[in-house]
Amino acid sequence: MLGMLQRLGATGLEVAAAFGRAGVLCWQSLWGLPDWRNGPALLLRQLYFVGVFSLVIIMVSGVLIGMVLALQGYTVLVRFGAEAALGQLVSLTLLRELGPVVAALLFAGRAGSALTAEIGLMKATEQLSAMEMIGVDPMRRVIRPRLWAGIISMPILAQVFNMVAIYGAVAVGVYWLGVDPGSFWSNMQKVVEFREDVLNGVIKAFAFGIVVTWIAVFEGYDAEPTSEGISVATTRTVVFSSLAVLAMDFLLTAVMFGVD
Amino acid sequence: MKRQRNIEITVGAFMLLGICALAFLAIQVSGLSLSSAHRDTYHLKARFNNVAGLTNRSQVKVAGVVVGYVTGIHIDPVTVRAVVDMAIDKDVDYLTTDSIAAIKTSGVLGEQYVSISVGGEPDMLADGGVIRDTQSALVLEDLIGKFVSNMGKN
Repeated sequence: MLGMLQRLGATGLEVAAAFGRAGVLCWQSLWGLPDWRNGPALLLRQLYFVGVFSLVIIMVSGVLIGMVLALQGYTVLVRFGAEAALGQLVSLTLLRELGPVVAALLFAGRAGSALTAEIGLMKATEQLSAMEMIGVDPMRRVIRPRLWAGIISMPILAQVFNMVAIYGAVAVGVYWLGVDPGSFWSNMQKVVEFREDVLNGVIKAFAFGIVVTWIAVFEGYDAEPTSEGISVATTRTVVFSSLAVLAMDFLLTAVMFGVD
Repeated sequence: MKRQRNIEITVGAFMLLGICALAFLAIQVSGLSLSSAHRDTYHLKARFNNVAGLTNRSQVKVAGVVVGYVTGIHIDPVTVRAVVDMAIDKDVDYLTTDSIAAIKTSGVLGEQYVSISVGGEPDMLADGGVIRDTQSALVLEDLIGKFVSNMGKN
């Protein structure tokens, strides 16, 4: 009994310490003047690896999710003779919820795990210590460009996801199931508000980008420098960032679209 | 050096794709047109016995054409009637003081909107004006109730 209590306390302290280390990591990597000489090139490289490489999976899943949404929405709406409302159903679902959330989950699986593994391996092979030895700050050199790349890429990826998914829905709804394209688009435009729906989706994606990249980078930096440690850290990145995205999505939805 | 250039181009294309996606969502999906966002409006009020499902941002139409939207609905504590505030486009300056505001439904289950029919008076409604003649929303349940009770009598 006492042992259990002791373990509980130890776990609690460990969690608190991990949060503290994550905060310190964020502070150390983002604080300070930007490095104009090397910074842009490093950031560009990371944008390439984090953003551009995630594009294919985001676009393919976007098309598929749009198609599924259209098909499911159609089968329900057609019963009420309201299949013309398919456009607003699909676009609101995507812009408000599915776009940012699914893009963030895919991003965590595709880019977050890669970031963790890369930084964890750098730590395990003592590349980070070597950088410190030659007077290069690994926080600025390694962590900062990756954090920024994730934060910048995520909203872009989410918007691309939305766009592609809407076209997937058009392909199924309009060209296959025969919803009138005019009412599809005009119903959508009538209901969707730029500030309320589109911009709130961008804000969501931005918040998810911060959380996912932060967790990924921290888990990599905090990993035990063994092969097992890296595998644990990679798993933790995907699990924690997925949970964090879903929990934050609920909070953000309550704030943005909740009953006032 | 060549490789660095390729990365630059690809990342640039990635960023542009993001901007294009946002522009697409803004224009094609949300139907945002820059001119309508800052359109000048003036405000009118109308009192109804029952607004039923009318909400903020419901449309205001004249002859079926959207000329404004509802900005607020609250209850007047003295008369206990619903007061609907509406913002009407500045260029719609032909609403006479004897205009009639009615709450109507688009389709059987559609959204509710305020329909204004213009009257024949020479005076026009100005900013802050009140539409006196109103027709409350048709509540489907009430109609069905009347219909059923009439059926009983026959």
